[in-house]
Amino acid sequence: MSEYFHSVTLDKDACRGCITCVKRCPTEAIRVRNGKAQIIRERCIDCGECIRVCPHHAKHAMTDPLSGTESFAYKVVLPPPSLFGQYKRQEDLELIRSALRGLGFDAVYEVAAAAELVSDATRRLIEKGGLKKPVISSACPAVLRLIRICFPNLLENVLPLSAPMELAARLARQEAMWETGLPAEKIGIVFLAPCPAKVTAVRNPMGTVKSEVDLAVSVGEIYPALLAAMNKCAESYPETDSAQSGRTGLSWGNSGGEAGATFTVRYLAADGIENVINVLEEIEGDRLSDQDFVELSACPAGCVGGVLNIENPYVAATRIKQLRSYRPVSCNNIAGEEIPELLCWDAAVEPVAAMRLDPVPGQSLGMMRRIEEIWSRLYGLDCGSCGAPSCRALAEDIVLGYSTEDACIYLLKDKVDAVRSSMLSLRIDSREKSAEKG
Amino acid sequence: MGCCIRRGWTGVVCNMSENGLHYRFIVPGDDFARAGTASGAVKKTLKQLGIAPETVRKFSISLYEGEINMVIHAGGGEIDVYIDDEQVSAVLVDHGPGIPDVGLAMQEGWSTASEQVRGLGFGAGMGLPNMKKYSDELEIDSVVGTGTTVTITVRLA
Ligand SMILES: Nc1ncnc2c1ncn2[C@@H]1O[C@H](COP(=O)(O)OP(=O)(O)OP(=O)(O)O)[C@@H](O)[C@H]1O
Ligand code: SF4
Ligand code: SF4
Ligand SMILES: [Mg+2]
Repeated sequence: MSEYFHSVTLDKDACRGCITCVKRCPTEAIRVRNGKAQIIRERCIDCGECIRVCPHHAKHAMTDPLSGTESFAYKVVLPPPSLFGQYKRQEDLELIRSALRGLGFDAVYEVAAAAELVSDATRRLIEKGGLKKPVISSACPAVLRLIRICFPNLLENVLPLSAPMELAARLARQEAMWETGLPAEKIGIVFLAPCPAKVTAVRNPMGTVKSEVDLAVSVGEIYPALLAAMNKCAESYPETDSAQSGRTGLSWGNSGGEAGATFTVRYLAADGIENVINVLEEIEGDRLSDQDFVELSACPAGCVGGVLNIENPYVAATRIKQLRSYRPVSCNNIAGEEIPELLCWDAAVEPVAAMRLDPVPGQSLGMMRRIEEIWSRLYGLDCGSCGAPSCRALAEDIVLGYSTEDACIYLLKDKVDAVRSSMLSLRIDSREKSAEKG
Repeated sequence: MGCCIRRGWTGVVCNMSENGLHYRFIVPGDDFARAGTASGAVKKTLKQLGIAPETVRKFSISLYEGEINMVIHAGGGEIDVYIDDEQVSAVLVDHGPGIPDVGLAMQEGWSTASEQVRGLGFGAGMGLPNMKKYSDELEIDSVVGTGTTVTITVRLA
């Protein structure tokens, strides 16, 4: 899979080039070219912000179709904690579990169960010390990508543990192989994705070489079928296996859930991409090193705010709070002293130099001088008509060779005005001359 | 190439020196909410220049502390930032009350910050010690009643 695979894509026909997304992208990754939005792939973090704001619904998340599950002999579905907040009709976790079975899945593995193991490992790592404070959560792939691109310094602070989705997939496959005796490739692990960032994390994982998730199906796609299945189950009460996770795991769907489960009082949780960026600035400025743990979610209210979800994030968050109140604190713990390797990153997460002007510092000084010079001549209106998010970004694009000064309608108008007035004076000149002659 | 006011980024002037970059920031003394803007802007530029992350971090922390001091202790001032192939440096000039005993001010925990400012989390007396820690060179030139000039230098690795 290409290093720059992204779930977030554009429907060209629907795009009107209105620059709404250009202005809102946190990494300035979008430009309008020839009337259509284009994503600079190295810079996109799949936060889904552009999908959220596009008034013409031209931005989409590429996900796997549910029909893709047919090729597997045994199918395990991984519902994330946020899924449990999507439905009104839901008194307990068991109902949604049996409904998923009703849709043809052979087994259900709750991502929340794996999250409890990650929480246990996190507590142990914090207690043991040796990690750079504050420890930053690695669960939200959009945040992790943002750190790689914009805050490479802070990779040292990132918790080197698998995200619950990845861990759930590993455990689910092991369990399925053990139960069925089938080879690994006959087992399909299907994650119900709340966001494009998770879909990208499946195709192009961080902290490991290959994801154990086979398919990432959008919550939005499965939503109606699952609702119907839930209604059916509620009538017939089929037998089902019992839920796997407690308060700790379920809380991961809401902002603050993961941080709260560290059992430290020195933690901070921020949600929404702009807030996340502000907190990362604080950490980079060394102003939060008295905190043990920082949880960051790209989406408002946490994963319940993922763009592929259906329900209002705050409504979903409240439902999860109600649902968890009947559950034990935690149902999953690490046995023994050591943190199993299964929970740990097995590949380094490296910085991505998508923001720098040029790999050679001497080179980039000269480029920055040209940027400053061009920028000083631009009007500073940040109107976006050139297709760049700001005048500053246009100046950068010009120096990087992606755009020209003529893209600025105001500079162009100045040019036209200059030409017009020089033609005018020519005319006057020639009239005067002919008057002299005559 | 002369001097230019950065439109849209009020209070910031830049001009381009012979070989390298020179930025000037006017730091208003009465605008608390905007304190830290200059160091934030410089950080972004340094990152774009591809300067080593650790160097960027050290310099921006030092500059932030200096900028905040300028606002809370001296009623604002001017910051000149110079970037070239070898080093990043900043000269912070204010016309505040000056520091009577620089040695004492450099000690961890020493602070004359007001109660009001402490309420915002400043006044731990850690600013100058941090500037010392994070910069390769720190010069403080202060005259009581006239003002303070602080020079921060971080060499590129
Ligand atoms: N530019 C300045 N003008 C006048 N006095 C200053 C200036 N900078 C520092 N000082 C004096 O030196 C003291 C120590 O400064 P330092 O930055 O170390 O701590 P602080 O600003 O008081 O607290 P903190 O930086 O931890 O928020 C200040 O309390 C103040 O008395
Ligand atoms: S997904 Fe986020 S980072 Fe990617 S283009 Fe959209 S807004 Fe920008
Ligand atoms: S906060 Fe959760 S739902 Fe949103 S991008 Fe991050 S992982 Fe996905
Ligand atoms: Mg200070």
